[in-house]
Amino acid sequence: MTAAAQTATYREALREALADAMRADGDVIVMGEEVGLYGGAYGVTKDLIGEFGAARVLDTPISEAGIVGVAVGAAMTGLRPVAEIMYVDFAGLVMDQLGNQAAKIRYMFGGQTGVPMVLRTQGGTGRSAAAQHSQSLESWFAHVPGLRVVMPATVNDAYHLLRQALTKPDPVVFIEHKALYVSKGTLDKDKPDAPWGAPVLRRAGGDAVIVAYSRMVHEALAAAETLAERGVEAAVWDLRCLNPMDLDPILESVRACGRAAVVTESCLTGGFAAELSAQISEHCFDRLEEPVIRIAGEDVPIPVAPDLEAASIPTPGLIADAMAWLVSREAPAWA
Amino acid sequence: MSDVARASNRPLLDLYRTMRRIRSFEERVGEMFVRQGTAGSMLHLSIGEEGVAGVCAAMEDGDSFTTHHRGHGVFLARGGEPGRMLAEIGGKEAGYCAGKGGSMHIADMGVGHLGANAIVGGGIPHAVGAALSYKTKGIDAVSVAFFGDGAMQQGLLYESMNMAALWSLPVLFVCINNQYGMGTRIDRAAANTDFAARAEAFGLAGRHVDGSDAEMVLETAAAAMTTARSGTPGLLTMTCYRFFGHARMDKSPYRDAAEEAEGRGHDPVAAARARLLDRSEAREADLDALDAEAAQEMDAALDWALAQTQPPGAAMFDHVYAPDEPPPQPLRDRLSDVLREYR
Repeated sequence: MTAAAQTATYREALREALADAMRADGDVIVMGEEVGLYGGAYGVTKDLIGEFGAARVLDTPISEAGIVGVAVGAAMTGLRPVAEIMYVDFAGLVMDQLGNQAAKIRYMFGGQTGVPMVLRTQGGTGRSAAAQHSQSLESWFAHVPGLRVVMPATVNDAYHLLRQALTKPDPVVFIEHKALYVSKGTLDKDKPDAPWGAPVLRRAGGDAVIVAYSRMVHEALAAAETLAERGVEAAVWDLRCLNPMDLDPILESVRACGRAAVVTESCLTGGFAAELSAQISEHCFDRLEEPVIRIAGEDVPIPVAPDLEAASIPTPGLIADAMAWLVSREAPAWA
Repeated sequence: MSDVARASNRPLLDLYRTMRRIRSFEERVGEMFVRQGTAGSMLHLSIGEEGVAGVCAAMEDGDSFTTHHRGHGVFLARGGEPGRMLAEIGGKEAGYCAGKGGSMHIADMGVGHLGANAIVGGGIPHAVGAALSYKTKGIDAVSVAFFGDGAMQQGLLYESMNMAALWSLPVLFVCINNQYGMGTRIDRAAANTDFAARAEAFGLAGRHVDGSDAEMVLETAAAAMTTARSGTPGLLTMTCYRFFGHARMDKSPYRDAAEEAEGRGHDPVAAARARLLDRSEAREADLDALDAEAAQEMDAALDWALAQTQPPGAAMFDHVYAPDEPPPQPLRDRLSDVLREYR
């Protein structure tokens, strides 16, 4: 921690990152639905229009594909747009512009130009927002070569990963978590937690490894506390970046203890947890004592009923039960 | 270049030469794949649409453009070098995109070609984005989005038009209406084919022109470009007829010979030639010389392109990310990393 460290919310850290990037680089513009006068649906862009004006904080119509498509063209011609898509669930409306256009333009054009843009969006459960406003769709983006995918869990990462994203030459999908906006932590503008692409060990532990990102880092940490009371020490790794992704430190950690779980809020089937599980299994095969398990969201649309919503994703209790079973072979009551 | 072209300050003669080059080029695109012995199934020729040269002639250096899957003619008219174009279309390393894009993804930042696009309507918002850059950065340039009548039925076009009008961006939408979206004639795809009226409804300046009259295309496009440059975006629709099938393998079972004969009667190249002769702006021999010159240019370009090689295997991993970023790990390396540990 340096002298610049302060307490901030995740939302404030994101806003600071945008403001600092816009001060540092006159080509950075913010565009999206309600980013200007309204200040952002979740308040991330609050008052930016006051400092930077309507030409650089551009309120758009409700035209998600158009927003991303315009950002692509702007990025190809000298601007560095931050296009906000209010909910990641709207990805269905933008996937052509993102997956077929932004991701592939550098390649298709033989490296003549890139698309240095950031698509800011947010996902996840926690506000009883139901099936079309609560998903975790990172695997959609991570499946497309050419897209960088970043999912900050902490206040400091919210700031630094967004600042770093705004220096990158390729399109970055920056997925925030709606339940984290009010979370507080230490923001040290002079000190990123780790380099771009590297995971961070949020808790050490020698009995098992938990890999998570975004909100699930916090659920995993809470589970690890419970596990410690039960005599199980779990390491918790925060992946931070799904692309680029440096898995080596995590693999080392798994090789040392032979047990690993991947925790994601996104639903199980075909999810990024499967990719992580496969890579860990391939690289740690002869050191594994147990299969690598996935603790993921249920394979259901997110229900609106708060109790069902909460039950549709991994909870600290579920994570702790599964990890205890993995380590001590002590079956939980629900098994 | 022939003497008559060099000496010309007559726009129609210049347009004729450009249109003749486009047609000669397109004829060789088909030939390329026969001689190369490869599929070339994604080839969409713009024969019959050469009147678009009039729009291209109304653009200025510094203006940018996006095209669609049938965009060879536009690129050629805006300065594309035919040898490198053919090389790209054939997947050769010497092509504009290093053999990575091909016909439907050809681009050249050097002449402001922001890219052809294989998703109908997909490149349209990129032109709007470029116009946003120009306005934001105070650059005096217009961005032109070329697309076909098929894109008139895509929702993204209307999102793009609305934003262009809302923000007063210097962009011109150009619909090359060749009557067909693949095999579906426009009256089977659009309930109302008055596209200029659609533009007016969005607050754009709507203009329509007969695409077989290249001179009129130039005149109309020049007015549209002036309007766009002043910050009022426009839509210019240019009616023409797609002389051949959608792509190389299309035998056009959805239309009859009589219709094709009638459609091919609206030939922008033949019309320009007849008018030049009629107005005594050129002699038959001059035009024959221009035709031969275009044919020779494209023959030489084709021979050159055919002699080029495909990119080397390692090039597969270039340009997924920026040059100073690590490229994706090849599968063989990944497999080796995994299996070596256990052997």
